[in-house]
Amino acid sequence: MLGPDAIRRLAFSALEASRADQTEVVISGGESALTRFANSTIHQNVHEVEVELRIRAVAGKRIGVAITNKLDERAVRQAVTDALENALHSPEDPDFRTLPGPAPIIPVSAHARSTAAYTPEQRARDVKSVCDRATAEHLEASGMWSTREREVAVANSLGAYGYHTATVAAFKAVVMSSDSSGYAERTGVDAAQIDVAAAGEEAIGRALRSRNPEPLEAGEYPVVLEPYAVGTMLDYLAYMGLGARSVQEERSFMNELIGQRIAPENISLWDDGMDPAGIPMPFDFEAVPKQRVDLIRRGVAAGVVYDSYSAGKDGKESTGHALPSPNPAGPFPLHLYLEPGDAGETQLLEGIRRGVWVTRFHYVNPVHSKRTILTGMTRDGTFLIEDGEITRPIRNLRFTQSVLGALATVEAVGRSRSLLHDEMSGTCVPALRIGRFRFSSATQF
Amino acid sequence: MQDFVKRALDSSEAAGATFAEVRIEDREVQGVSVKNGVVDSLLTRSSQGIGVRVIAGGAWGFAATPNLTGPEIDRVACLAVTIARASALAKKADVELGGQPVQRGVYRTPFEVDPFSVSLDAKIELLLAADRAMRSVRGLSVAESSVGCIRVRKTYANSQGSLVEQELVETGGGIVATAVEEEEVQQRSFPNSFGRHQGTGGWELVEAMHLAEAGPRMAEQAVALLSAPHCSSDTTTVVIDPTQMALQVHESCGHAVELDRVLGWEASYAGTSFLTPDKLGIRYGSEQVSIVADGTSATGLGTYGWDDEGVAATVTPLIDRGIFVGYLSSRETAARLGNASSGAARASSWNRIPLVRMTNVNLLPGDWTLEGLIADTDRGLYLETNRSWSIDDKRLNFQFGTEIAWEITNGRLGRMVKNPTYGGITPEFWGSCDGVAREWQVWGTTNCGKGQPGQTIHVGHGAAPARFRGVRVGIA
Repeated sequence: MLGPDAIRRLAFSALEASRADQTEVVISGGESALTRFANSTIHQNVHEVEVELRIRAVAGKRIGVAITNKLDERAVRQAVTDALENALHSPEDPDFRTLPGPAPIIPVSAHARSTAAYTPEQRARDVKSVCDRATAEHLEASGMWSTREREVAVANSLGAYGYHTATVAAFKAVVMSSDSSGYAERTGVDAAQIDVAAAGEEAIGRALRSRNPEPLEAGEYPVVLEPYAVGTMLDYLAYMGLGARSVQEERSFMNELIGQRIAPENISLWDDGMDPAGIPMPFDFEAVPKQRVDLIRRGVAAGVVYDSYSAGKDGKESTGHALPSPNPAGPFPLHLYLEPGDAGETQLLEGIRRGVWVTRFHYVNPVHSKRTILTGMTRDGTFLIEDGEITRPIRNLRFTQSVLGALATVEAVGRSRSLLHDEMSGTCVPALRIGRFRFSSATQF
Repeated sequence: MQDFVKRALDSSEAAGATFAEVRIEDREVQGVSVKNGVVDSLLTRSSQGIGVRVIAGGAWGFAATPNLTGPEIDRVACLAVTIARASALAKKADVELGGQPVQRGVYRTPFEVDPFSVSLDAKIELLLAADRAMRSVRGLSVAESSVGCIRVRKTYANSQGSLVEQELVETGGGIVATAVEEEEVQQRSFPNSFGRHQGTGGWELVEAMHLAEAGPRMAEQAVALLSAPHCSSDTTTVVIDPTQMALQVHESCGHAVELDRVLGWEASYAGTSFLTPDKLGIRYGSEQVSIVADGTSATGLGTYGWDDEGVAATVTPLIDRGIFVGYLSSRETAARLGNASSGAARASSWNRIPLVRMTNVNLLPGDWTLEGLIADTDRGLYLETNRSWSIDDKRLNFQFGTEIAWEITNGRLGRMVKNPTYGGITPEFWGSCDGVAREWQVWGTTNCGKGQPGQTIHVGHGAAPARFRGVRVGIA
C-alpha cells in the first residue's frame, strides 16, 4: 500500500508531467492473500503486492491510454508520453466531450484493520477447522479464504480527485460426498466478522442433505432461488443491459422497457456504491461521486447507469459508474441491491405443490442478451419441493430461462439478504420464489 | 534478471524452503479497437514482477511483487516460506513433485513481422477499413474491430538447477458486425468468436485474415439473421464449423482432462471431471475422434519452449481413436499417478501460480472435406461461430449456441436460421461423431478462466469441421 500521501504525490506528479489537453491518472493497488483448499487440505496459498498506474491522455477529442506497474519517475514519464502518443494517433471521437470536473466526494468507510492484518496462520487455522468438521462427517471440503486490502486514487487535470481504501474478506466453501455437495459463502469488509465456522456448517449441512439425489424430469417448475443463485442471475442481468452504452447501441433489453412494468411491485433493484451493507466505494474510476440509481423501481424498469462519456451522449450527468479506461463496454453497476421482502423459508415454500429449490448456479452464460435468456446448471444443493416442503435432493438440472421472465413471476421475496462478492463487485440480494422457471435438461448426477 | 532469480532462490532456501522456483516476467501489451468509425480503445500496457513459489514443511507457499529490488525479493522469498509453513498446518501429506530433468535454454516465438514494429497508424487504418466495409451494409447497427499484440519475456529457475528464458509473442485481430431490431440482436464475428482470433506469431497472422474483405459478408449475414427463422427444436445431424469445434473440444475435452480438476483441486470453483483415473481406457468418443495436447503446434497460443514449472513442451495423446488415454498435468498432479508432467503447468502472469492448463488441445484432422460432409448429409444443420457456452461442473452436460446456422437438405446448404443452440452429454455426443474433415487450423482462445484468484490464459485448439448424429438442437 502506498498510502494517501504518497499516492497523491504520485498522481499529481504524473499530471504535471503530461502535455495533453486533459489527463486522468488512476492508481490502484494493494495486497491480496488467498488460501485455497481441496480434499480437506490446503493446496494453494498465495500473496501478492499489486499496483497499477493508468494514464488517460486527451488531445482535443483524441484519447489514448497507457498502463504500467512500474512506478519510478522514468516509467511514469514514459506512461504519460505513451498515453499522449496513443491519443495523437487516434482519430477524433466526436462524442467525447470532456473529462469530469471536480465534485465533492463523501468518504465512506470500507476498511478494517483486522482484514489487512489477517495472517496466513489465521487463514490456515480457520480452513483447518472447516476441513476437520467435514472429515468428521466423512465429507471433503474445498474452497477459499481470501483477505485483501486495496487503495485507489483518481485524479484529473480539471481538479477532480478521489482516494479510497478498502478491505474485503471472502470465505467460500464447497463440501462434497461421493454423490452430493453443499455450498456456502461469506463476504464482508471485516475478516474478524466473517463466521467461517458457520459457513462451513452451512455447506456441510447441504452436502449431507443432498445425498442420494434422485432424477427429476426437465420442464417448467416453480422454484425457490437462494441468494447465491439470485445474485448470479442479477449480475448477468446487469451485464446484459443495465449500462447506458448498451442502451445507446440498442443492444439492451431496457431499450423498449424503461417506464414499463417488468416485475411485480415487490421487486426493486438499485445500485448504490455508498451503502455500507455492501463493499462501498464513494466514487468511480473518473472520480465522479457514486449516485444511487434505481434500475427497477417497484417492478417498473426505471433506468440505467452512466459514465461521463455515455452521459455526454445523452445530455445527462454521469451517475458515477465508470470503469477504468479504456472501457468499450461502458458504465456498469458494481453495487447491486435487491429489496428484501418479508418471507422466511416457510413463506418461500408456501403454496408450491411441486417445485425445485436451487442453492446455486454454475457456468452461466447468456444465450440471447436482448431477451435476457441465460443457460447454466444448478449446483451444490438442488432439492425437490412438494406441497410446500423440501422433500428430497435431486440431480442437477440445466436451465434455459429469461431473467425478465423469471422476475415477472416472482411470488415471494426473502426477508434476509446475503452479500456476494466477485472480484470487483458486491451484490446484496434475498432469496426469491419464482412461479415459472424452465429447466431444459437433466444430468446423471 | 538472472541475478534476481538467483537471489530469490538463495533467499528461499536460506529461509527454509526445500524446493523453490522463481519466475520473472516482463509483459508488453498493445491493443487497438474501433467501433463505428471511432477508435474505441487504444492502449499500451507494461507489467513486470517476480513470483516465488516454495515448498516448506511439505506444503506450498507463493508470494509475488512488482518491485524488482534486492531487499523486496528477499522479503517476498521469506514470505513465501512463511505462507508454506502456514499451509502445512492443514496438510495431509507432503507435496511430492516427482522427477524432472534439469532444463536449460532459450525459446523465442518464431514470427515474420514483429507486431510491435507495425505503426499505430497502419493498425488503425486496417481497422478503419474493416469498419467501413462492415458499415457499407445497410441495416448494420454496430461495427467493431480490433487488433492486439503481446510480448512476454520470462525467466524461470528452480532450486533443482533449471534455468530457462523465453520470449513469447502473440498477435491477433478480428471483426464483429451487429444488427439490432427491437427484441432481436444478431452478430457475426470473423474469423472467430469473442472478438478475434489470436496466435503465437507476428503481424503476418493479422494480414492473413483479410478483415476488410470479410466485413461486408459478416455485416450482410448479421442483418439477414434479423429476419431469418428461428432454429426449431429437433434431434438431427449437425455439421459444426472449426471455430465452434475448437470450443467444443475446449469445454468437453480440454477442461475434462486437466488432472488437477480430476483430483478435485478445482472443485470449489470450476468443478471436477467425469474423466477420473479409473476411466482411462474407456470409450470417450467414436473412432473418428483423436485429440492430443500439443505444446509445439505452430501459431498455437499454447505453444512455448517450457511450461511455468520448467518442463519442456511436448505432445500428449488424450483421446486415441475414441479411447481416453491421457491427461494434461503438472509435476505434482502427474506424480500422483506415478507419471511425468505433460508440461501443462501455466500461470497467467508473474503474480499467479502455475495451474494445469490447456496447451493446444487439438482434434486431429480426418479424411472428409467440409463439402463432403454436407453433401453426405440428408437433413441437418451446419453451425458456425460460437455465441454462448455452458457446461456442468463434471464436464458432461453442455449447451452451446452459435451465431448462425444453415439448414442442410439433401446434401446442400439451405435456409439460414437464427439463435441456433445444441446440447448433449459429452461421451454420447463425441460417440456420435461420424466424420472429421481435413480442413484443419489452430484457433486461439483468449478467455479461458480458471483458479482462485482468477487466471485468464490463452490456449490453442487445432480443429476441423466435424459431423455428429442425433443431436438435440433448438433448445428452449
